[in-house]
Amino acid sequence: MSERRVVITGIGVLAPGGVGVKNFWDLLAEGRTATRGITFFDPAPFRSRIAAEIDFCPEAHGLGPQEVRRMDRAAQLAVAATREALADSGLDIGALDPHRVGVTVGSAVGATTGLDAEYRVVSDGGRLAEVDHRYAVPHLYDYLVPSSFAAEVAWAAGAEGPSAVVSTGCTSGIDSVGHAVELIREGSADVMVAGSSDAPISPITVACFDAIKATTPRNDDPEHASRPFDGTRNGFVLGEGAAIFVLEELSSARRRGAVIYAEIAGYASRCNAFHMTGLRPDGAEMAEAIRVALDEARLHPTAVDYVNAHGSGTKQNDRHETAAFKRSLGEHARRVPVSSIKSMVGHSLGAIGSIEIAASALAIRHDVVPPTANLHTPDPECDLDYVPLTAREHRTDTVLTVGSGFGGFQSAMVLAEPERRAA
Amino acid sequence: MTEAVVTGLGVVSPTGLGTREFWSATVEGRSAIGPVTRFDADGYPARLAGEIAGFVAEDHLPGRLIPQTDRMTRLALVAADWALDDAGIDPSQHAAFDMGVVTASTSGGFEFGQNELRKLWSQGGQYVSAYQSFAWFYAVNSGQISIRNGMKGPSGVIVSDQAGGLDALAHTRRLIRKGTPVIVSGGVDAALCPWGWVAQLASDRLSTSDDPGGAYLPFDAAATGHVPGEGGAILLVEDAASARARGVAGYGVIAGYGASFDPRPGSGREPGLRHAIESALHDARLTADQVDVVFADAAGLPELDRVEADALAAVFGPGAVPVTAPKTTTGRLGSGAAPLDLAGALLALRHGVIPPTVHVRPDPAYRIDLVTGAAREIPLRTALVVARGYGGFNSAVVVRKAEPS
Amino acid sequence: MSHTPFRVDDLRRILREGAGADETVDLEGEILDTDFDALGYESLALLETGSRIEREYGISLGDEALAPHTTPRALIDAVNGELAPAPRT
Repeated sequence: MSERRVVITGIGVLAPGGVGVKNFWDLLAEGRTATRGITFFDPAPFRSRIAAEIDFCPEAHGLGPQEVRRMDRAAQLAVAATREALADSGLDIGALDPHRVGVTVGSAVGATTGLDAEYRVVSDGGRLAEVDHRYAVPHLYDYLVPSSFAAEVAWAAGAEGPSAVVSTGCTSGIDSVGHAVELIREGSADVMVAGSSDAPISPITVACFDAIKATTPRNDDPEHASRPFDGTRNGFVLGEGAAIFVLEELSSARRRGAVIYAEIAGYASRCNAFHMTGLRPDGAEMAEAIRVALDEARLHPTAVDYVNAHGSGTKQNDRHETAAFKRSLGEHARRVPVSSIKSMVGHSLGAIGSIEIAASALAIRHDVVPPTANLHTPDPECDLDYVPLTAREHRTDTVLTVGSGFGGFQSAMVLAEPERRAA
Repeated sequence: MTEAVVTGLGVVSPTGLGTREFWSATVEGRSAIGPVTRFDADGYPARLAGEIAGFVAEDHLPGRLIPQTDRMTRLALVAADWALDDAGIDPSQHAAFDMGVVTASTSGGFEFGQNELRKLWSQGGQYVSAYQSFAWFYAVNSGQISIRNGMKGPSGVIVSDQAGGLDALAHTRRLIRKGTPVIVSGGVDAALCPWGWVAQLASDRLSTSDDPGGAYLPFDAAATGHVPGEGGAILLVEDAASARARGVAGYGVIAGYGASFDPRPGSGREPGLRHAIESALHDARLTADQVDVVFADAAGLPELDRVEADALAAVFGPGAVPVTAPKTTTGRLGSGAAPLDLAGALLALRHGVIPPTVHVRPDPAYRIDLVTGAAREIPLRTALVVARGYGGFNSAVVVRKAEPS
Repeated sequence: MSHTPFRVDDLRRILREGAGADETVDLEGEILDTDFDALGYESLALLETGSRIEREYGISLGDEALAPHTTPRALIDAVNGELAPAPRT
């Protein structure tokens, strides 16, 4: 049996400033930022009071009142993205064997926002140690165990194949899609509805990143607060969002005349086995993930036309990652455009990896590389071409996208234009 | 194709810390279910749990790890140490990129999270721990095990409620087939804290009985829910060829896996469990009559017990295969349940003993041969482990006894 | 308003509570001039330690006071500096 190749045939995105694929791409192509002062709650007590929030109306995405009530915001975003992706793919899932359609949803922090809110209720605003079950909402178990996200997506898609949540922290968005690709390749499924979602903008999340000074305190200038690779950066901006893909096997996608955005040609993840939040400056483990992903794609580093960086905007990350690119791509690292869309849509933890896969697929589709916004002041230790401020027209057949997260996880994925790649 | 063999077991069960203690309690049918002692549960409708007694993390782990870890992470780290030790693997003697970690989780470090939520809302954000950013999240066990043991290979974290423990093992086999020879796998959960208790109560699946012998009765006409517990198992899984090369046959091979998701509620379609079991058998290239024992999911609720019994009867024929649920001695352990069942199944294969399901008087309407009363001695070669997760997740794994090398 | 000066035993207690202690290090020994890194405390442990000190003593510490290459003596001095009455200008 020849190797099964896996392609993206449908995309759904809900990102800050970009609800829907078209709005999302317009935001990136225009280099606009969607970071702002937090409006979801009063952020006054916190160190970092900025986030990239989505103006999301679940009803506008067809979610009924019961669904809105039972789902955490992250599940709602995932279902809305699923609907867009399925419609975009043109795939008639009802005509398939539902056991051959699976689901993977990535999420770093699950229903944190729902849990935070419900804890306040059952603890009488934090006063009770023995929390009161009589005030608990009926769907609290779905918040406890975030596999409920995969269940909601499976119901929305009519999937009855292998389904799960993949939760590897901030690489969840890449690892979830990578997991789905492997299920199709090995023959466990023919179609996967896969992606990720997180909606972490809640007091407990803001407080926990405050405690380690990971988020930026640039509260007086929220629109320009996310500054990956810039010499003045001082932390990331928390975001939220979801991206879901329809993934299928290449030959069946071609048979049905589907629009193919990109092939997922290679994927790998590695651990730094160093520290839960710290990174060694040499980037060796991310470099190894990149090397293995390119190897799986049977591509030489020089084939990479664009690198979609993790680019969170912490000094530690930006230097770690720059070192990883040099280590894995060699001299080519200095020639290839590298950018971070977190400068525009913030860092939505487990969701951002999938949102960045969407950006990578759209870069291939449009032959345009999105910029790194807010990059004015070079950092001598970050000396690559980070595509400052303005998007760039650039022939893009192959994209490398990477992620790095707490727990030491480092992931890399290679997307490629399948027709030009075959040629 | 490359085979994945389990060569090490690390057990942290309410019925025993360590394989030996766990296995003797399991074979003798000693239950660990009792009144909740970890917090005052008197005011809640459910008051029984399967708690791990006598675990002193400081006896096993560096002091620097204690403030930054939830109880379930401490248990998982110790279980990983024991699994490595049991397999005879010293991680410092292996290439870092050749070792990975895949764990399942259901609710992360929920007790840690509870304490930080309490500080946030009763004292303020500046009281939230610097460790909160990772100590509670679902990936924490994979991350901490990888750091403690210097494992830099591919890793993963699966959340599919109780089915996740098997999904993690399946992903482990996938990574071994792709070329990583050593993977630490499994799951350990513990959410025995007021906040976790309230969230579990919301599932409407907990038994409200106060009788430790009558609260969790799967496949019994008197079943009214389950008792939650804490713990699980970490398994060391290896490429069978490299295990053989160092003269280790291991406990058993992960021979087959299947998974499915139930149809949308109200669809009228058949639940997915039978499909998952048949996929696992097909994957293992076994016919139903070649399976010697089934470790059941054993939900303990009539409707769910019926779905499982019907699926087993459909695949194997009514009463045609011995079925057991040793988790009646521990309660249901979230993502830890299925890895612990796998450990039990591998030990059953090794010893030729099917451990009993305790407390249960099987309802004949279920048409299964449930092993109750005493353990059943019988030669065993293959076992099927079934696990289901809240919401509709179904997973099944077939293990085959390892042949001595 | 006056405070008891911050002493090495206060630091020992807060380190133990917030970050634990490395078994290979004698925290009760002469630690004042050994940097935190060598005592087994990395940046995260120091952030936790710093925030506990800040909460307990009602002060605010700069990033440098909590870097892994600083020593207990420097941290204690920084804390006591914050606790001392501010010089009038």
